[in-house]
Amino acid sequence: MRYSGFRVIAEALTGHKGWKPAWRDPEPQSSYDYVIVGGGGHGLATAYYLAKEFKQARIAVLEKGYLGGGNVGRNTTIIRSNYLLDGNEPFYEFSLKLWEGLEQDFNYNAMVSQRGIINLYHTDAQRDAYTRRGNAMILHGADAELLNRDQVRAMYPFLNFDNARFPIKGALMQRRGGTVRHDAVAWGYARGADMRGVDLIQNCEVTGIRTEGGRVTGVDTTRGFIGAKKVGVAVAGSSSKVMSHVNMRLPIESHVLQAFVSEGLKPLIDGVMTYGAGHFYVSQSDKGGLVFGGDIDGYNSYAQRGNMPVVEDVAEGGMSLMPMIGRARLLRSWGGIMDMSMDGSPIIDKTDIDGLYFNGGWCYGGFKATPASGWCFAHLMATDKPHPTATAYRFDRFRKGLMIDEKGQGAQPNLH
Amino acid sequence: MIINHPLLGPRDAQEFTYLGDAALIDRPDGLSFPDATAAQDAFHDYLYLRDNPAGEHRELWYHEQGDRSWLVVTRNTVTHEITKVELARDVARARGRSK
Repeated sequence: MRYSGFRVIAEALTGHKGWKPAWRDPEPQSSYDYVIVGGGGHGLATAYYLAKEFKQARIAVLEKGYLGGGNVGRNTTIIRSNYLLDGNEPFYEFSLKLWEGLEQDFNYNAMVSQRGIINLYHTDAQRDAYTRRGNAMILHGADAELLNRDQVRAMYPFLNFDNARFPIKGALMQRRGGTVRHDAVAWGYARGADMRGVDLIQNCEVTGIRTEGGRVTGVDTTRGFIGAKKVGVAVAGSSSKVMSHVNMRLPIESHVLQAFVSEGLKPLIDGVMTYGAGHFYVSQSDKGGLVFGGDIDGYNSYAQRGNMPVVEDVAEGGMSLMPMIGRARLLRSWGGIMDMSMDGSPIIDKTDIDGLYFNGGWCYGGFKATPASGWCFAHLMATDKPHPTATAYRFDRFRKGLMIDEKGQGAQPNLH
Repeated sequence: MIINHPLLGPRDAQEFTYLGDAALIDRPDGLSFPDATAAQDAFHDYLYLRDNPAGEHRELWYHEQGDRSWLVVTRNTVTHEITKVELARDVARARGRSK
């Protein structure tokens, strides 16, 4: 069933009796050509593009809980392509271009809103670094603008421009950046995949990966063995757990990242704002809540909840940037588990086992990557060659000294 | 989280910085390998690969805003419960370091 304005009107006139579930709830078959482990944004996008763009069939997505119940439902919904390094920027720009056409492509309202993102700077050195970053973005076909203090003041007059420690001197702006309704991304991909015959199997946790002679033959699950010619793992947060079934150790630590939303307020912030110096970033949802966050807690965790010190740190950052936030009440806070990699960049690669593919290490930046991650992973699984924008995301980059370290922190996952 | 420091008693985790898996104590000896490739492999695994378990995890914490000692903390990564705290010095010596 295609969704459209006419459909809404027709249903309104006939008592909304024609709507059907957006996807089936099939029993797992005994085997598939492709099994995607992980029914989050990346896994569902992979299945969608495998079916739609690469014309593959007999595909299943296995999800241990419910679709979109992990990080795609826990992030702060920001999309952007403001990266510096060659290994990253073409990939994220490819992703942003896919976002721009996504709703038409999968016929689902994901509320893609290109409301613009600004990264504040406070010193000459930071301005120079953002100039360089903006130039790198433009050279890769993205858009970037350097704003001065007055231009930022015209947009957000209430900011604390004369903060003694971090006075606001300007910002790097990407107008095409913005926000997306995160759950709808998972639902849109799920529906699009289901319509093309993909089996979405929920409450089906992978408990083992079977191999024979160095080749994958299928996965053991809580709903029995499912055979597969190719298995793709897209379970960021739990990557080490799943890959431990084949005794693979990963260049990844799992860390908890918290996010917050305030009570609904009148329109205040019409874009996305990052205040890196204060470990704080914020946007405002369409319901009016300020959606904000800061740093990861900084220690290995699978708990999906963080601790008070980071709550305080984020709140302090918010107060130093926009002091009137202190009068707003916090409505909710939550945590998600991040695959923090050794250089802060992701991995989309084959493994040493034939037919076993891996997608993970997204750190706290996986949401914006969802369409390109799915596309590139599908490309890799269908053709056995990396997509041109994802050639750098290999396992062996650490061995070869080809790290993609945007922040220059080295092999220290909690600092990326 | 409260870390029960073996010398100073219970301290807030905020006084510490976190390094990661306590296996980082066991840095390979580059001269103990038959060839450069083997040494490179060992250092790659040491520097970049992690067990990253869900459950009990032995990890290195540094008391930066305290007595600057390194601790090996045994903590559950699912519940955040801390069950054991040792001086990293003692752990390293028990493994035969600094002899």
